[in-house]
Amino acid sequence: MGCPADAGVSDAGFQSMSSPNSATDRGNLPPLSLHVPEPRFRPGDAADYSHLPISQAGAQARPDEACAPVETHPLCLDLIRVLDDEGRAVGPWNPALDAETLRRMLRAMALTRAFDDRMYRAQRQGKTSFYMKSTGEEATAVAPAMALAPDDMVFPTYRQQGLLITRGYPLVEMINQIYSNRADKLLGRQLPVMYSAREQSFFSISGNLATQFPQAVGWAMASAIKGDTRIAAAWLGEGSSAEGDFHSGLTFAAVYNAPVIFNIVNNQWAISSFSGFAGAERTTFAARAIGYGIAGLRVDGNDPLAVYAASRWAADRARANGGPTLIEHFTYRAEGHSTSDDPGQYRSAQERAEWPLGDPVTRLKQHLIALGEWSEDAHAAMDLELVETVKAAAREAEKNGVLGQGLHHPTRTLFEGVFEEMPWHLREQSEQAIHERRIRYPDWQE
Amino acid sequence: MTSNSSNSGNSSNSGNSGSAEPRATRRMNMIEAINDALDIMLARDPDVVVLGEDVGYFGGVFRATAGLQKKHGRTRVFDTPISECGIIGVAVGMGAYGLRPVPEIQFADYIYPGLDQLVSEAARLRYRSAGEFIAPLTVRSPFGGGIFGGQTHSQSPEALFTHVAGLKTVIPSTPHDAKGLLIAAIEDNDPVIFFEPKRIYNGPFDGYYDKPVEPWSRHPDSEVPEGHYRVPLGKARIVQAGEALTVLAYGTMVHVARAVCAEKGVDAEILDLRTLVPLDIDAIEASVRKTGRCLIVHEATRTGGFGAELSALVQERCFYHLEAPIERVTGFDTPYPHSLEWAYFPGPVRLGEAIDRLMMPA
Ligand SMILES: Cc1ncc(C[n+]2csc(CCOP(=O)(O)OP(=O)(O)O)c2C)c(N)n1
Ligand SMILES: [Mg+2]
Repeated sequence: MGCPADAGVSDAGFQSMSSPNSATDRGNLPPLSLHVPEPRFRPGDAADYSHLPISQAGAQARPDEACAPVETHPLCLDLIRVLDDEGRAVGPWNPALDAETLRRMLRAMALTRAFDDRMYRAQRQGKTSFYMKSTGEEATAVAPAMALAPDDMVFPTYRQQGLLITRGYPLVEMINQIYSNRADKLLGRQLPVMYSAREQSFFSISGNLATQFPQAVGWAMASAIKGDTRIAAAWLGEGSSAEGDFHSGLTFAAVYNAPVIFNIVNNQWAISSFSGFAGAERTTFAARAIGYGIAGLRVDGNDPLAVYAASRWAADRARANGGPTLIEHFTYRAEGHSTSDDPGQYRSAQERAEWPLGDPVTRLKQHLIALGEWSEDAHAAMDLELVETVKAAAREAEKNGVLGQGLHHPTRTLFEGVFEEMPWHLREQSEQAIHERRIRYPDWQE
Repeated sequence: MTSNSSNSGNSSNSGNSGSAEPRATRRMNMIEAINDALDIMLARDPDVVVLGEDVGYFGGVFRATAGLQKKHGRTRVFDTPISECGIIGVAVGMGAYGLRPVPEIQFADYIYPGLDQLVSEAARLRYRSAGEFIAPLTVRSPFGGGIFGGQTHSQSPEALFTHVAGLKTVIPSTPHDAKGLLIAAIEDNDPVIFFEPKRIYNGPFDGYYDKPVEPWSRHPDSEVPEGHYRVPLGKARIVQAGEALTVLAYGTMVHVARAVCAEKGVDAEILDLRTLVPLDIDAIEASVRKTGRCLIVHEATRTGGFGAELSALVQERCFYHLEAPIERVTGFDTPYPHSLEWAYFPGPVRLGEAIDRLMMPA
């Protein structure tokens, strides 16, 4: 506007308006039409993913962690894969983990799945209001949790229960939160699965999508300001990458070279909206890194070893002051969005079975078997054991109550924590609420 | 659906009482009534477009737009990226072009990323351009609690919007009104925030959460006229006439207040405000002058809530008619809780005690 360069541009534009080829002379151009994305398959359709370019495992170059961001950009349009169809770990991204670590990874993923199954059922049995599974996406939380240091700060969404489970957060505490009972450390305030676990360096989950992205950057900037060694990692779904907060986060991270890892879990669906409504028809989600000039990697999210390797690469880079990395985890949401959702209404029931990247638990299991470090029997025994572990934790948690049975935190806790110190109006309201309880339930004990 | 019925052409007939001949009606719940209003407006006005997260093929997480994309096409009813800022921003741009967008924000709790587009842009566009551009959008959004939705599926943020010059705020409490108000909002040339009380989508609610939900089909206001009609913005509804006390309420709380008044046998005049801005001040004044007592009810937090505005107005305009101090019954000034949802909710006990205080002999 004020600057000469701008004035020049607008002058040129003005002149061309009066030329014979002016912008108002449309000749016989056809009218404009609006493009509205549409997924390939809807209910009743056969699902066929042969259009998806699936790179060969082991074929992707692995640049040095200290490389210029631009060296990673070809990987934003590729797919880093380590496990091949025979369950072998191949190529430069193979993290070469020992068998014990691999079994730990397998167990954490299987436990996450068993936990999800149990809690889904608990919701159906009326023990709580809501639940969200991560089935098929376990690797995108479990493997990064293993690649990060335990005190690196994670900023998750509602679908990274695998982080908590891998970091050893007690299942009973998770279930107390899900049941919103009197032992819930979050005092029954939050919707089920919206955990917070500071001791596990796990940030309080928001129901509002994408808010954690700039927050993770701020935490990482603070760590850099203070000369700390800890880094931050954030997750969000591909659908949420449309939010402004996603872009604010990337801009700040790029500007300040913040030690942060951005994980986009591209599970193809955002409730009923396919990834095309977040821009997937144009390019990959990893390619957002190209525009921001930061490092970017695109990984097979159902390949736990590839996810581990990419996370480790990004963590080492960030910790060495190499700045942010954006990782797209290409995966599939095998189940409904939540207990409130029925995916049969909007997507083909065949998608899950046809998904070309398989299942992360199955793939790691096969790998361990191929290594001679595991067996089908051992796996079946582990699954049984995990079911029992979760069952026992659920029984334990149920002693503290389930939602809606009155076994919740005292009424006054509703008013505590709004502020550090309770102002007069909340004290009055607290008294009112307790008084109301006593009227409705004369035997009420706070 | 119903747009060919004999009365559907009464577009110039504002209000729902204009036509002489009785209209055919159909029983609907609130979702069906909203869906019907959208269907009718999409059919009548080629400039109406419906957009939002999951509203297209799927028909919305509450099914309010079910079937509309199939019927009216993908460029009239469509899914959007998950960006409330984008949804409202593009709606402002579409309005500038001349369309009449009806964006849905999936939950009122998620409207905040779009706040700048609403507050700084949509609300002021007419004013700042001296009428060159307008923002005739109707932002639909489910709001309110009572469904164990926790702090991000339960809020009642209406006061944030009533505070903004240039936004209209509309809240229906019955299927009949939901349809007529939504049509009026869409036809209105100003930006309208249309909050739908999700707790009463499927049936009215008396405040007793432990009782089974009563479906709309047993409620007289589920008789919804076929075809096009408007319930004018800025007009309150007298839910029941009475002499002893005026109750000012909207949304879910209309039903709770009514049940409590019935239970207490108090001869209350209950006004369903329906539109908070512009407000039907005449109806409020007339009622409070008659009864001399005023109870204001909303589910939203108390401090700076719309009840404070109502209380100030009643005090300013009806002071010499008041027989008792004005009472406000509201949600508490906390985030919306999960397990203690019903301790938070302004239920029968809180309402009943306020009524007792109001009715105490002087
Ligand atoms: C700001 C905001 N807008 C809308 C929603 C409602 N919502 C909750 S989850 C979701 C879909 C998110 O999809 P995606 O980001 O792909 O994550 P996924 O569920 O697939 O893990 C939507 C729209 C919300 N929680 N917050
Ligand atoms: Mg997704």
